[in-house]
Amino acid sequence: MGLDRYIALIFLVVCAIYGYTAFFTMDQGLAPIMQRNPIWPSTFPKVLSVLGILVGLWIALGFEKSRDTAKVEIDYRKLTEYKTGQAVLLMALMVAYALILRPAGFLISTTVFIVTATAILGERKWFLMFFIAILASVIVWYLVDGVLGVYMRPLPGVFLQGF
Amino acid sequence: MIEGILLGVTTAFSPVNILMVVGGCLIGTFIGMLPGLGPMSIIAIMIPIAITIGDPSAALILLAGVYYGAIFGGSTSSILINAPGVSSTVATSFDGFPLASQGKAGKALTIAAIASFAGGTFGAILLMIFAPALVTVALLFHSAEYFALMVVGLSAIAAFAGSGQIAKALMMALLGLIMATVGEGVLFNLPRFTMGIQDFQTGFGFITLAMAMFALPEAIFLVLDPKRSQKKTNGSSEIKELRISKREAKLIAPVIGRQSIQGFLIGVLPGAGATISSFLGYAVERNIAGKEEQKEFGKGSIKGLAAPECANNAAVTGSFVPLLTLGIPGSGTTAILLGALIALNVAPGPRLMIDNPSIFWAVIISMYLGNVILLILNLPLIPYIAKVLSVPRNYLIPFILFFTLMGAYIGQNNATELLILTGMGVIATALRMAGYPLAPVLIGFILGSMLEDNFARSMQLYDGPAFIIERPMTLALLAIAVILIILPSLRARRAEKAGKDSTKG
Repeated sequence: MGLDRYIALIFLVVCAIYGYTAFFTMDQGLAPIMQRNPIWPSTFPKVLSVLGILVGLWIALGFEKSRDTAKVEIDYRKLTEYKTGQAVLLMALMVAYALILRPAGFLISTTVFIVTATAILGERKWFLMFFIAILASVIVWYLVDGVLGVYMRPLPGVFLQGF
Repeated sequence: MIEGILLGVTTAFSPVNILMVVGGCLIGTFIGMLPGLGPMSIIAIMIPIAITIGDPSAALILLAGVYYGAIFGGSTSSILINAPGVSSTVATSFDGFPLASQGKAGKALTIAAIASFAGGTFGAILLMIFAPALVTVALLFHSAEYFALMVVGLSAIAAFAGSGQIAKALMMALLGLIMATVGEGVLFNLPRFTMGIQDFQTGFGFITLAMAMFALPEAIFLVLDPKRSQKKTNGSSEIKELRISKREAKLIAPVIGRQSIQGFLIGVLPGAGATISSFLGYAVERNIAGKEEQKEFGKGSIKGLAAPECANNAAVTGSFVPLLTLGIPGSGTTAILLGALIALNVAPGPRLMIDNPSIFWAVIISMYLGNVILLILNLPLIPYIAKVLSVPRNYLIPFILFFTLMGAYIGQNNATELLILTGMGVIATALRMAGYPLAPVLIGFILGSMLEDNFARSMQLYDGPAFIIERPMTLALLAIAVILIILPSLRARRAEKAGKDSTKG
């Protein structure tokens, strides 16, 4: 069974949970006056869940032919032949960036992010990497904070006390 | 109409807006050239900036400029290094790259620029004629017809964008619609499907979704397969001799005429867009060319280069017709533009032309301006802009990732959004690997609340689903939607059966 059918199965489960919520739990708290209305907050989701289950079944049961593997950009069956490790590390780095952005401040977290990402990809010119990362984070911080007016704490809170 | 044009001219030619077009075209060309960043990702990254500008006309002009620039940049990298940054310029590389290999890179770029310019300009004229006419019709529509029209739009997208895999495209559109129901809707003031998570109260951010669906999977694909960004240049693509001869101009003139109209009409259809029109344009021109000329196609025919270039730009303009008149996006890119409009408090739809004529006309006029700028400003700058192609992959990818993160962060100013972005990006990558088209998710997501809104209003007016039968127009539109989905599936099954029979026999 191909990946597309596994995904359809997951989609089926999601639709089943979504549909269960729409059909059985959502309307419990509905005010009596709302119940006279021809449309409830759950009406549209109910329709969607039924359609979703039908389409999901159609694919999961294999009624739609899977795409020709020759035309696929990345063949998931041969993931080991690609740089999967790098991709996973970069995704983990993005998660880490999300977690340290607030506590470490924009400038430090961004510099660390860019340097680490280039290092993961195999770059070893450390001076150039740091130079580009610091320059980029300062420019972007200035553009976002100064020009666009979206506040971003540049440095960790400790350094900014009194400002 | 003349009043409108004048209003558009005064708005579009204000110094700020000219700056927006120039800036948009330049940024678009720059980034569009990079392998892996298509117009959708670029526009998604630019949206927070556009929204901060505040003025809807200026914002839309900037984004439209970026859109044009990105397509132009895509064709440049197709010609110079045979690496189309955008799917709609793949057909450009068929004849563009051979021309560049023969040392005629400059000529190829000029032909591409002129063909794009002509396609875009013709498209804008057709848009000016078509759009107001369509608006007059659309004003007669009620919420029931709107609901039905959106259903038609979504099924057309599934029928055309899924490249034969209709159920998959449909499933993706449904996923988008389901995601749109998460959070507190305008309709009921009641949080739905938030799973008790505070951050879901406001629903998913559409910029985050756009980044996760397009920019992130593309970046992950670049990491996975280093060959994707490799240059296939053979050293002779130095850019010189930008001029084309009179004979060549005569050769491409009829191609441009035909392809602007054909491209525009295909662009108007939801789901079809620039990619299909460029391939179709190339195929049509090859078929109607003389025998001698036909042999040249694929080996550096200037007709084969002009056709897709002209068609894709005309289609880009055509795709603005349903967006500006009905408020229904026909492609991922116009869906992102629609999201930007909504974020700027502009109600899209037929009333846009009446309530906000300056936005409507300024966008159309800025299309001319954008085309002129691409021709006179970008073309001479191409040798310098092309330097961006030499940015090493090791630096390019971290920056693509960083800009996706920034786009999502600025839009919501919330670090949790970044976690949602990464999670959805990984899911989107898996979906893409399994052959699921991703544009329908975003289109479904953006249309979701409008679809439900119109559905609810019709249900309330008719006290139930009777509106489907009582309004003949709604019924007809819904019937079209069903046909759009069933017909291609039937045809595909028949073709499959025929194929099996022939292999047996």
